[in-house]
Amino acid sequence: MSSKTFICRCEDLLQEEIEEAIDQGYTTLDELKCKLRLGMGPCQGRGCLSLARRILCQKTNKSTEEISLPMSRPPVVPVSLGTLASDEK
Amino acid sequence: MNSIEKKADVVIIGGGVNGCSLAYQLAKKGVKVVLCEKKYLCYGATGRCGAGIRQQWSTKENAELAIKSVKIFEKLEKELGQEIGLRQGGYLIAVHDDKDMKQAEKNVEMQKSLGLDVSILTPDEILDIVPILDVKGMKAIGATFCPSDGHVDPFKTTHAYAKAAEKSGAKLYKFTDVTDIKTKNKGIVSVITDKGEIKTNIVVNAAGAWSKQIAEMLDIKLPNKPFRKEILVTERVKPMFKSMVISFKDGIYFSQQEEGQILGGIPIPNERAGFLTNPTYDFIHHMSKTLTRYAPSLKYVNVIRQWAGFYDVTPDARPILGKTEGVEGFIQCNGFSGHGFMLSPMVTKLLSELIADGKTSDILESLNLRRFNGKKIEKEVSVVG
Repeated sequence: MSSKTFICRCEDLLQEEIEEAIDQGYTTLDELKCKLRLGMGPCQGRGCLSLARRILCQKTNKSTEEISLPMSRPPVVPVSLGTLASDEK
Repeated sequence: MNSIEKKADVVIIGGGVNGCSLAYQLAKKGVKVVLCEKKYLCYGATGRCGAGIRQQWSTKENAELAIKSVKIFEKLEKELGQEIGLRQGGYLIAVHDDKDMKQAEKNVEMQKSLGLDVSILTPDEILDIVPILDVKGMKAIGATFCPSDGHVDPFKTTHAYAKAAEKSGAKLYKFTDVTDIKTKNKGIVSVITDKGEIKTNIVVNAAGAWSKQIAEMLDIKLPNKPFRKEILVTERVKPMFKSMVISFKDGIYFSQQEEGQILGGIPIPNERAGFLTNPTYDFIHHMSKTLTRYAPSLKYVNVIRQWAGFYDVTPDARPILGKTEGVEGFIQCNGFSGHGFMLSPMVTKLLSELIADGKTSDILESLNLRRFNGKKIEKEVSVVG
């Protein structure tokens, strides 16, 4: 991967932006999320979180098991407000 | 982050916006500050909040704190040298019936006496400000509107305060758990953390929903209760409105963010106090139903995420600030009842003056913990979420 590779496509985040935030002290996925909106787009981090975790591992000399993933939030896939508002079962 | 500082003038417990802002204000005054945060900055209510800043309150203290806070927010980017994401698109508060209107008129009169630009809108004027609303569907007979209310980004603001605090010499320790506070002759002598002991005579309790537990370490009983509050956010859609829309009757608030998401919350019926964090179907259903009643065209917009945070709620829905009778050096900065972010600039300014300069103020005195000692309290009624 080059430093200009897109890691989070929903939020337009490049590898170098993630590395820069780690250098500034944002050293967990939760903190990167707060700082950069990593994984906060429509796909909810399906692609980017594992990539970002690998970058974190390399930069902080930790194993993947040591870096926990942010809490996953419902709904699993996007659902329209109209559907969620419906009383039909 | 190897070894923790052994000594400090002030130890702040809690790395939300209030803790970080106070760390900055104190460090700027030359006070040696250490901040301990159990998780990471913004983990609690700051990072989970609706990001609104509102000056339209029913109690004078809250209105005054909020008006002065907005003035500080307006200059904060320049002061901190970092973006905070301020957008002043206003707050539109729906008025549903004659009783509502009486309270609204009373509020507006009080707010105007404090110099706030705020007015009462007709149903037609509501649509000029937020065209997607269905005035009949939301059952509104009018609204109040303040154009200088709006939004600030809680993450950017807190991180900006934290960086500025560190620049001025404050030490911020994340993932650092305070396990005990030691006293001698009713005065604080040190704070015990899982990273070591910090000698200090002043502790600020800015731990949000966990403030009650911190106070218990010193046998101080806070009346605060944690309430789960949920929010949802949609996919990004084209810009449609700039104002936050809220209703005290329905408890709903929603707005469109800078990037296009619709974000909002509502209380679920019969919610009880406690530390539940799971997001509920009751919420997402009730919120979607109410939101599409207010703005029917949103029914095609997709929800991408819901989450929960805590309001740190006091009996009168107003914060607890300042000194604590019985323990010398124990300063409260909690009980914000859902409004901690928007009040933080002024609250922390007043507390920094109290701690660094020994200067108190009428607002600090009226929001002291001792107000709950049997006296009649004036409750803030303008609460949503």
